[in-house]
Amino acid sequence: MQGFGAALARDLLIARREGGEALLAVIFFVLGTVLFPLGVGPEAKLLAAVAAGLIWVMALLATLLALDRLFQADWRDGALELMALAPENLALIVAAKCLAHWLVTGLPMAIAAPLMALLLNLHIDGWPVLIAALLLGGPALSLIGAVCAALIVGARRGGVLMTLLALPLYIPTLIFGAGAVQAAIGGFDASGHLAIMAATTLASAALCPWAAAAALRQAME
Amino acid sequence: MATPAFIIEDLACRRSGRVLFAGVELELSAGEAALATGRNGSGKSSLLRVVAGLLQPLTGRVLWQGEDARRAPDAFRAAMRYVGHADGLQPALTVFENLAFWAKLSGASAARPDMLAALAAVGLDDLADLPARILSAGQRRRLALARPIGTTTENPGLWLLDEPTVALDRPSVARIEAAIADFRAQGGIVIASTNAPLALPDAKPVDIDAHAPESALDPEIV
Repeated sequence: MQGFGAALARDLLIARREGGEALLAVIFFVLGTVLFPLGVGPEAKLLAAVAAGLIWVMALLATLLALDRLFQADWRDGALELMALAPENLALIVAAKCLAHWLVTGLPMAIAAPLMALLLNLHIDGWPVLIAALLLGGPALSLIGAVCAALIVGARRGGVLMTLLALPLYIPTLIFGAGAVQAAIGGFDASGHLAIMAATTLASAALCPWAAAAALRQAME
Repeated sequence: MATPAFIIEDLACRRSGRVLFAGVELELSAGEAALATGRNGSGKSSLLRVVAGLLQPLTGRVLWQGEDARRAPDAFRAAMRYVGHADGLQPALTVFENLAFWAKLSGASAARPDMLAALAAVGLDDLADLPARILSAGQRRRLALARPIGTTTENPGLWLLDEPTVALDRPSVARIEAAIADFRAQGGIVIASTNAPLALPDAKPVDIDAHAPESALDPEIV
């Protein structure tokens, strides 16, 4: 596990040194969400009705924005090959990179979510569930996205290709994430939705690093 | 007589449908070295990539301590350090941080004195706290070469060095040669591929051109 910690610390340190680039996804999440009231008008009821879905869609897109860089730099400079040859299992290194990605993009988005909820007039009953859903489901977005990023590593116009690969895989998370918030606002129990999101993240944590590592090894051949 | 620690048996490699080399055989015991030479594009780098496990061989196998390196990769990876064409350096990290990361990933000590000793071996200890982005091509190469020096923990270890002296000035080449000699003196095994001058005393020659299929050497077909 020393390699896991080293890879996590390295990616977080790089994100801190390249602060602007790392925060790009969060800035996109905030600015993109801010644009909606300007586009659809200030009608409070309309905004409240679409708020949960909008925030989740923006979270998905913002996650994607940062994901195509997950392996690209290490691929270009040969570091990925060296990681594949290290005694540490490559899947663990991939898992560390996913965790770093979530800490740099997913976690700040969950923290910024109440501000977005306020801006879009989301009913206050939905706020805790929105944050919980982003915290529980966000890691799944990074993990699933990592598989797609690994599949397109080294490809030209990979960002577009990755969007096409990842977005369909994000649909369950989107449905249950937005559904949890709507359930809470409607006075229903959202724990079922949240449990499914947690299960999705756990299943992704168990499977996606291995799949991404296999895809990366294939790309190195 | 003890079994050689490192054995290549009947190794062949195909890239993009073309067989680069076939029938490569090599045996190295502790402290020995091999030097792979050949034309540009003959497969010197591919040989090292196959040995490292980055490429699948067409035929043959690599044995480390009597075990197939692909079937039992843990012991092989623990002992093997590969320096390829790309330096694997992260520009945002300092010289020290780059090396310390690879040491931790390799299970080696990343203590500052150990890292500085490895950097001193390639003449970069005075740049330890500068970001890697400011390094010249030669300095980047030296930092890449500090990686096997500072992270090898097993004895014997195995260094695979692909064109190690590219972009290096003569004093730097001498430093690398001294580091390799020191590693071999401690029982380390080295395989280098280059056409540039590199002093590897008593290195076993591996002429990749001699292992190329006839069609690969025929300029009419190539």
